[in-house]
Amino acid sequence: TYMPRPGDGAPRAVTLIPGDGIGPLVTGAVRQVMEAMHAPVYFETYDVHGDMPTVPPAVIDSIRRNKVCIKGGLATPVGGGVSSLNMQLRKELDLYASLVHCSNLPGLPTRHQGVDIVVIRENTEGEYSGLEHEVVPGVVESLKVITKFCSERIAKYAFEYAYLNNRKKVTAVHKANIMKLADGLFLESCREVASKYPGIQYNEMIVDNCSMQLVSKPEQFDVMVTPNLYGNLVANTAAGIVGGTGIMPGGNVGQDYAVFEQGASAGNVGNENIVEQKKANPVALLLSSAMMLRHLQFPSFADRLETAVKRVVAEGTHRTKDLGGTSTTQEVTDAVIASLD
Amino acid sequence: VAPFSTESGETIRATLFPGDGIGPEIAESVKQVFNVAGVPIEWEEHYVGTEVDPRTESFLTWESLESVRRNKVGLKGPMATPIGKGHRSLNLTLRKELGLYANVRPCNSLPGYKTRYDDVNLVTIRENTEGEYSGLEHQVVRGVVESLKIITRQASLRVAEYAFHYAKANGRERVSAIHKANIMRKTDGLFLKCCREVAAKYPEIQYEEVIIDNCCMTLVKNPGLFDVLVMPNLYGDIISDLCAGLIGGLGLTPSCNIGEGGICLAEAVHGSAPDIAGKNLANPTALMLSAVMMLRHLQFNDKADRIHNAILQTIAEGKYRTADLGGKASTSEFTNAVCEHI
Ligand SMILES: Nc1ncnc2c1ncn2[C@@H]1O[C@H](COP(=O)(O)OP(=O)(O)OP(=O)(O)O)[C@@H](O)[C@H]1O
Ligand SMILES: Nc1ncnc2c1ncn2[C@@H]1O[C@H](COP(=O)(O)OP(=O)(O)OP(=O)(O)O)[C@@H](O)[C@H]1O
Ligand SMILES: [Mg+2]
Ligand SMILES: [Mg+2]
Repeated sequence: TYMPRPGDGAPRAVTLIPGDGIGPLVTGAVRQVMEAMHAPVYFETYDVHGDMPTVPPAVIDSIRRNKVCIKGGLATPVGGGVSSLNMQLRKELDLYASLVHCSNLPGLPTRHQGVDIVVIRENTEGEYSGLEHEVVPGVVESLKVITKFCSERIAKYAFEYAYLNNRKKVTAVHKANIMKLADGLFLESCREVASKYPGIQYNEMIVDNCSMQLVSKPEQFDVMVTPNLYGNLVANTAAGIVGGTGIMPGGNVGQDYAVFEQGASAGNVGNENIVEQKKANPVALLLSSAMMLRHLQFPSFADRLETAVKRVVAEGTHRTKDLGGTSTTQEVTDAVIASLD
Repeated sequence: VAPFSTESGETIRATLFPGDGIGPEIAESVKQVFNVAGVPIEWEEHYVGTEVDPRTESFLTWESLESVRRNKVGLKGPMATPIGKGHRSLNLTLRKELGLYANVRPCNSLPGYKTRYDDVNLVTIRENTEGEYSGLEHQVVRGVVESLKIITRQASLRVAEYAFHYAKANGRERVSAIHKANIMRKTDGLFLKCCREVAAKYPEIQYEEVIIDNCCMTLVKNPGLFDVLVMPNLYGDIISDLCAGLIGGLGLTPSCNIGEGGICLAEAVHGSAPDIAGKNLANPTALMLSAVMMLRHLQFNDKADRIHNAILQTIAEGKYRTADLGGKASTSEFTNAVCEHI
């Protein structure tokens, strides 16, 4: 039984960014399902696109006020002079942890079964420092920055996540045999935190071996904690083995704010074809919004939404192309609404 | 990177490092198979020393390195670097001294050996000398460390050149450059720029660029979409191991290092496997397939095909498989079966 505090049923404002490409389609699905459930949330919608030089201050203000945001992908122009808005948001709001939940959905056979992995990735430093320069013509350097502060807080978040979700094992992914100082510091921080959680198993795995293990024995993994780049790769690999971008939920969270989005390839906005035919898979973002409802402490709304989505996937007649079906986003959305308890 | 050519009938000298752990056993298998197939190769065997050679600062002797430089071709078993200070890792010594700048790893599904992925037929080519493996790291202040990734035009161009040369020489259609230039604009940007320059010289080979996270996902969903992949050091390390996982693991994946002046040093991807060393349990397939790569480099294509087919047939039949593939055969039983098929 969930015993709310008086007033907990008051609707909460959530910042909504439809974004680029398939973003408006899948955020549209979320909006419709929330409405159908009469979920206690309402949206403040902002038009943001990847080709803007910066995230408009009004959007940042809105998230600061509401503390919670749900968004579609923002296209990152390749080769342009601008930096990724997805990254700007993470840095601006200090959303230091990225979480992607990669698990088999019942009724959806994939190459691997029994996969239930949560990838927790450091989101603010490492290879994404943005510090690069040309030393002499033809020689460029990029700085990977690892700090004790950021390593410790991500390790703490990972163990806390495991503890609160009754997870049994945390695996730290690294390349400390080569990057002895940088990844060494990351590991040292993980070990320190691990020692405070004797009930949770801790192990370490070198990133190349980890990739091999993921495609051969993914069942062995539970929670994984990683520096920035490895997490990006591990999460995409883990998502791929159980069905892909279109169904893996996730989000970014820091001390004060949380932004929910498609878990893997959050910056991926699909291709023109799926946008034109309106056939993006809304499952990932719907599952992310169930995560959001739980985060807002509306557990029964979260459960209802998740149950309905899983039912539709399992039942199998309403699936988008990435899951081998032909349905449109709207058809899947309608099916989810029809399956709500 | 001119291909090594030879008059038929001539005997080629090649360097052989049996290496440590299971190395000597699987090297023996290769020698046996080469004998049966009548490969005209005379091995110069070199062993890792018991003392550091001051000329190389490593347990590898100067003579060993000279042997590879002279022969330009060699086969290497796994080497485990003894722990201790004052010497370089064996693999690092080889890479630096021989300028081994590209690591080539073909990954093919083995017919008859079922994995979850049956349509893998790709080659990863990894830049092997710079990038994230520069070894340049320092502590800025307590609790803050930096690690330098270095990308140079020279190293990027030569690995790209090799990738396109390889694609053309091996009848491959497409080269994909794997990168993260949306985040690392300058370093990976330079790598891409070099790939594009080389691509322009090979209009008959398709060229594409794939962001590494997308590459990971596509590889596990539909590996059949890739042909030849070329990438900086760290990405190559990760992607090549991922691909090895797709086809069944370390016991099966060959590789070959390309060095300055056209050196080709083939080696299995796996380590010395101390847990099974000396027990006649190791799977010699990876080293045999590496030896096959060496033969192809020497343009002994007939011999290479015969040995390659014999290995594939033996595994496909399934009667003699080593333990890592779920079988009961010993190293020598498997090797004998391969010899039977030649
Ligand atoms: N919610 C979504 N629904 C569908 N596609 C999505 C979604 N989000 C992102 N995409 C993107 O759409 C494209 C197609 O998705 P998928 O992961 O199936 O790739 P693929 O296997 O290369 O596609 P295809 O089978 O069409 O060749 C990819 O670029 C993918 O990242
Ligand atoms: N050729 C092979 N045949 C059978 N099993 C193998 C083979 N190569 C590796 N293995 C197994 O794979 C696992 C990893 O071995 P590997 O030697 O690659 O790693 P390692 O312990 O890191 O060795 P090293 O320190 O030399 O790199 C071991 O359990 C080993 O027995
Ligand atoms: Mg490796
Ligand atoms: Mg090893």
